[in-house]
Amino acid sequence: MLLIHCPYCEDTLPELEFTYAGEAHIARPADPSTLSDEEWRDFLFIRTNARGPHYERWRHVGCGRFFNALRDTVSDRFLMTYKAGLPRPPLTNEAAE
Amino acid sequence: MSRYRIPGKGRVDHSAPVSFTFDGKTYPGLRGDTVASALLANGVHLMGRSFKYHRPRGAVTAGSEEPNALIGTSRGPGRFEPNTRATVQELRAGLVTESQNKWPSLSFDMGAINDRAYMLFSAGFYYKTFMWPKSFWDKVYEPVIRGAAGLGKSPTETDPDHYASRYLHTDVLIVGAGPAGIAAALAAAQSGADVTLVDENPEMGGSLLSDPGVQIDGKPAWDWIEAQLGRLRAAGVRLMTRTTAIGYYHQNMVGLCQRLTDHLDSPPKGAPRERMWRVRAGQVVLAQGALEKPLVFDGNDRPGVMLAGAAQTYLHKYGVRVGDAPAVVTSHDSAWYAAFDLADNGARVAAIIDTRDTVRPDLLDAARKRGIKVLAGHTVTTTKGRLRVKSVRAAPVRGTHVGAGRDIACDCLLMCGGWTPSLHLFSHTKGSLAWDGQTFLPDRKTEDVEIAGAGRGLWGYEPALADGAAAGLRALEGLGRAGHGTSFAVANDRPGTGVSHTELPTDGNPGRARAFIDFQNDVTAKDIRLAVREGMRSIEHVKRYTTNGMATDQGKMSNINGLMIAADALGKAPPQVGLTTFRPPYTPTSFGAFCGYLRGETFQLTRKTPIDPWAEANGAVFEPVAQWRRAWYFPRAGEDMHAAVLRECKATRASLGIFDASTLGKIEVAGPDAVEFMNRMYTNPWTKLAPGRCRYGLLLGEDGFIRDDGVIGRLSPDLFHVTTTTGGAARVLTMMEDYLQTEWPELDVWLTSTTEQWATVALNGPNVLAMLKPLVQGVDWDDFPHMSCAECTVAGLPARLFRLSFTGEVGFEVNVPARHGLALWTALMEAGKPHDITPYGTEAMHVLRAEKGYIIVGQDTDGTVTPQDAGLDWAVGKAKRDFVGKRSLSRPDIVAKGRKQLVGLLTEDGSLLQEGAQIVLDPDQPKPMRMVGHVTSSYQSTMGHPIAMAVIEGGFDRMGETVFIPMPDGVRKARVTSTVFYDPDNARLKA
Repeated sequence: MLLIHCPYCEDTLPELEFTYAGEAHIARPADPSTLSDEEWRDFLFIRTNARGPHYERWRHVGCGRFFNALRDTVSDRFLMTYKAGLPRPPLTNEAAE
Repeated sequence: MSRYRIPGKGRVDHSAPVSFTFDGKTYPGLRGDTVASALLANGVHLMGRSFKYHRPRGAVTAGSEEPNALIGTSRGPGRFEPNTRATVQELRAGLVTESQNKWPSLSFDMGAINDRAYMLFSAGFYYKTFMWPKSFWDKVYEPVIRGAAGLGKSPTETDPDHYASRYLHTDVLIVGAGPAGIAAALAAAQSGADVTLVDENPEMGGSLLSDPGVQIDGKPAWDWIEAQLGRLRAAGVRLMTRTTAIGYYHQNMVGLCQRLTDHLDSPPKGAPRERMWRVRAGQVVLAQGALEKPLVFDGNDRPGVMLAGAAQTYLHKYGVRVGDAPAVVTSHDSAWYAAFDLADNGARVAAIIDTRDTVRPDLLDAARKRGIKVLAGHTVTTTKGRLRVKSVRAAPVRGTHVGAGRDIACDCLLMCGGWTPSLHLFSHTKGSLAWDGQTFLPDRKTEDVEIAGAGRGLWGYEPALADGAAAGLRALEGLGRAGHGTSFAVANDRPGTGVSHTELPTDGNPGRARAFIDFQNDVTAKDIRLAVREGMRSIEHVKRYTTNGMATDQGKMSNINGLMIAADALGKAPPQVGLTTFRPPYTPTSFGAFCGYLRGETFQLTRKTPIDPWAEANGAVFEPVAQWRRAWYFPRAGEDMHAAVLRECKATRASLGIFDASTLGKIEVAGPDAVEFMNRMYTNPWTKLAPGRCRYGLLLGEDGFIRDDGVIGRLSPDLFHVTTTTGGAARVLTMMEDYLQTEWPELDVWLTSTTEQWATVALNGPNVLAMLKPLVQGVDWDDFPHMSCAECTVAGLPARLFRLSFTGEVGFEVNVPARHGLALWTALMEAGKPHDITPYGTEAMHVLRAEKGYIIVGQDTDGTVTPQDAGLDWAVGKAKRDFVGKRSLSRPDIVAKGRKQLVGLLTEDGSLLQEGAQIVLDPDQPKPMRMVGHVTSSYQSTMGHPIAMAVIEGGFDRMGETVFIPMPDGVRKARVTSTVFYDPDNARLKA
């Protein structure tokens, strides 16, 4: 069972308290009606499915907040977590390894 | 005294006899024995039959890696356990055990016919043999195979024991309390760290318990163990025996299964049988030692053939001589010591056969002193004996030439093909392994873990102790603490080296050799070579084709031998062929230990409404809905479900029904931007909804499919009282939070779950106004039409009153603070008496709503239904610029013709359809038929005939057409209708 750091609670807690919420940094278009069918399809369904570091969303059920994480999908290791709305942090050398 | 027990020897209590039964016969044993050691003390080697060939088998090990000696144990009703390893099960008074895989008896087994036909049962046998005729699979092959396969018998009764579950946080967890583990614990316990030392055996000490002649720091091994355990206890180290580390998970979480009562004559009342520990450790030290490897030769599985180290353990721990005339065959020095110890304890060692040409001179000297015949540079080509080994055939090897063999009489054969570091737990962490030419050793680590002693290929007590101490110190330093190093002086150490082999060379026909690698799954060397010949290249494929390593021992003894042979057949180095992945649990673990408290009534919580006690007292039958228990119907004397539901429905339509709707999800959406938030979340327009009015709300996913629905009241300009489906409450709140937090954080809105804060009572029927009005204060009845809401009092209780209907009758939902729920219900029941107020349950609620064509999300929709598909187009605010899912409603697939649409169905013969039944347009078409939809809801109705709803391709254009529902007892015909069966003009609502 993983230990996950909630950037709002500033506490590292067991995975049981968290749920996964899909890939991060996919903003809902401001006006979906202006999107073509293909663009809207991509927004709905197309995801990176990364092997390795993956930007993704998690929710801490305890405090109810959604936040972002960088997790390695091979090792299942959390490389970092950060608050929702912050820009995508760059991959560190360690993370890119 | 048992024939093979040595008086006074071993760690068993010779003054405490314990008797037990095996296959109905009573045997004497001693306190401290395992079933295997006690049987061996009585000269019984035959303990089971193998899985596939039903070959007679005996214990081959003295530990948890045992593949052969699997028995059923029982302690009264419900306490039967199959596949227990006789080498692990401790004796207790009255223990009843039985052998497995035999009929009619262990010594004469009909299934052994498989052994004669072994040429048929080679690798891939199932894949090749049962391919055709295809129709035979279901009726003939599978039932026969299933009947013959399987280890042991599954218990059929409920397990009456209970199982505990605990968490533990510790600084250092040490797995394995042999010399390396104890040394690591001594090092780690310096400077006050919290240290936990666990061992799967009843006693700590590991291999030292089987080597009492070793001296450490001037003390005999056993005295040294006792002294060190005393020191550890004094230092506050947590010592846990009978505790198996079953799995090593992320971030140093280790699962431990502690066996608490199986060894006790009579367990304390209420004591858990096992306890599962979830341990989070700062540092882990794996000191699990090494597992002895068998040698691979024809007849290496006969009862009496066992690992040399096991014989040494039976001798020293249990005082049991496994035979009077053992022969030894080995490729490692360690088996020589077993031969010496047996010779020193009254056995006449027939010979030591060593595959190596050159053996250490001191070993040769020690053998000569004891008069033991030594055959170096020899192979074993076969063994003889039906239910017990009688002789072994040894032959000299020169290069690839096998010379003339000779039979050596023996009553047991002790083998050793070297030692495999026990790396199962390390492999759970995905740590990488490195091949050292003989075996795999731990390499790159992924966790904060140290591996010590034989687990990383070291041999001999002094190196293991020094390595354990160093690992303990490194663990301490990993915690940021300091300690000092320790060294140990070992006398009479037993160093050793050895070589690894594939099958031993033979002068016989290798195609006829029964040289076993995986004893439990009956996999031979020939099977591995056949798999390679038939195209398997990766060890993972070889494993699955042959089942090598797939038995309950997870290849503890077979993996390296299988790999060596596969690599040889492929002409590759073993690391290029690879090692299969070890997975938890390390040893078979009971389901009970995994379940812990999560069974029966404590499997999951049961949510009850404030009105639940009334329902229970008034004979309600309950059904589970999400985690709630809800009153399903209220049968009166003599009524079945159908009669009760019909009475409840009719009473509601005729006069007045009352229903506990407290489980409805409730969310308060509050704040200056609440209306904007509602506009963006729900399909409906909310801006013009006046305070004091409510509206049916429809929630879509961004993909345009219906997610939830419910009536939503606007209590004030900035406060919405949202209701959701019972099962959808948490999901809807999470979805709202997601959008609010991450897409529209600029909106000033607060979301609060109020599901459990309100008790909700629904009142429906033509007499509801007459009954309710006198109880209500604070409502202007001249301005309270259908779809209104107000804060008021009902029966003197503070309330939120909604005028709405989920039945088609005039209806209300009264919400009061949960603590008043029962009082409200009681008051309404009293006030409703003149109108024969009738409580109804969820089933009547379903019937009443279905008669009106009101959908239930999740029953009439399945995640692929749009508002148009469900006939709810009217609830979509088309003038709104945007809402969640709006853009998807114009996607090409959503507007395409032929989508499944929600319609009503009336059967021609008046029969009740089955929910989930598939619908076809032409019942005479060949199978497989083209299915165009399915029945979503189906009920007996108040109108004298059943009604149903269904989703059907292009359903809206099929009104009046006939569709067909093929069922096992014949094809039903049904007419496609509107979903509104009752009062289509809503006349009753407007009344």
